[in-house]
Amino acid sequence: MLLLSSVTAFSQVKTVKLEALTSLLHNDADSVYVINFWATWCKPCIEELPYFEEATSAFSQKNVRVILVSLDSPAELDRVLLPFVKKKELKSEILLLDEHNPNEWIDKIEPEWTGSLPATIILRNRIKKRMFFEKQLEKEELFTTIQSMME
Amino acid sequence: MKSFILALLFLGAMNAFSAEGLKIGDDAKDFSLKNIDGAMISLANYSNDNGLVVIFTCNHCPFSKAYEDRIIDLHKKYAGKGFPVLAINPNDPVTVPEDSFDKMIERSKEKGFPFRYVIDETQSIAKQYGATRTPHVYLLKKHADNTFKIAYIGAIDDNHSDASSVKETYLSNAIESLIAQKTPTPETTKAIGCSIKWKK
Repeated sequence: MLLLSSVTAFSQVKTVKLEALTSLLHNDADSVYVINFWATWCKPCIEELPYFEEATSAFSQKNVRVILVSLDSPAELDRVLLPFVKKKELKSEILLLDEHNPNEWIDKIEPEWTGSLPATIILRNRIKKRMFFEKQLEKEELFTTIQSMME
Repeated sequence: MKSFILALLFLGAMNAFSAEGLKIGDDAKDFSLKNIDGAMISLANYSNDNGLVVIFTCNHCPFSKAYEDRIIDLHKKYAGKGFPVLAINPNDPVTVPEDSFDKMIERSKEKGFPFRYVIDETQSIAKQYGATRTPHVYLLKKHADNTFKIAYIGAIDDNHSDASSVKETYLSNAIESLIAQKTPTPETTKAIGCSIKWKK
């Protein structure tokens, strides 16, 4: 899968329901998961996006999975999200969350999350480490956190 | 233990406001904020009302824009029943020029905002209330002793992108509850929104 995505010019977008995310959040994997919630309309999200892209390539040989979860409107997938992904040539795995009422799903992802974007969860379930950031991340903080999770 | 220490280390780096701010039942912090007409507005301006619908919002955020017409409608519907809207822009205009005071005046004229639209220049009111995103609602109820207390915090409704597909009108339900002398259910909700752009 990693190999496949590295030969294509940019990532595909997979539309998912909440369960796909909650199973990621609660699986028993030893991988470090970096799950970033963003949207094309969110300026600070776009500003930090290159760091997540860098993490995808920097840790590609490690047990790290960077997943960008878009909260763009599923109705605008073809008009907004896909052209953006193509233009930016995003390489990280991209999921588009197709859920309606945020009041019903935000707490199931992270109770601390008040709902502002960007937000990022970095976790490694096997050793029960989990960090949540409701803010724009700088590269150093992102990389340091990923590395600390790998130890 | 190691993960605990790690968590402590990063605690300071996380959103500093998520666990703070006003809660349901707290006294609403008073303020003195400049309206687009230049007047300074505080809770005293609402002493003849039954409450106040404080909405942290702004010009630039797509979610705020999506709710502009609905906020106008809420004010038109509830101002006469003692629950007017007060829109507060908390964003740093250095980060987002579209959220400057002049642009607020422009936007208000374009849309014909019937409610006051004030600027939280120091961002201290947004911080004290615990607002993190736009739009972010704090519904205030005026009590018999003339204090304003927080009665509802959260979302306007359950669907930002399509007003016609809204199923849960959380905010207007909460206002209706207060008008009926009842406690809103739910008292808090969450929504996705733009992060408040804090000064750097």
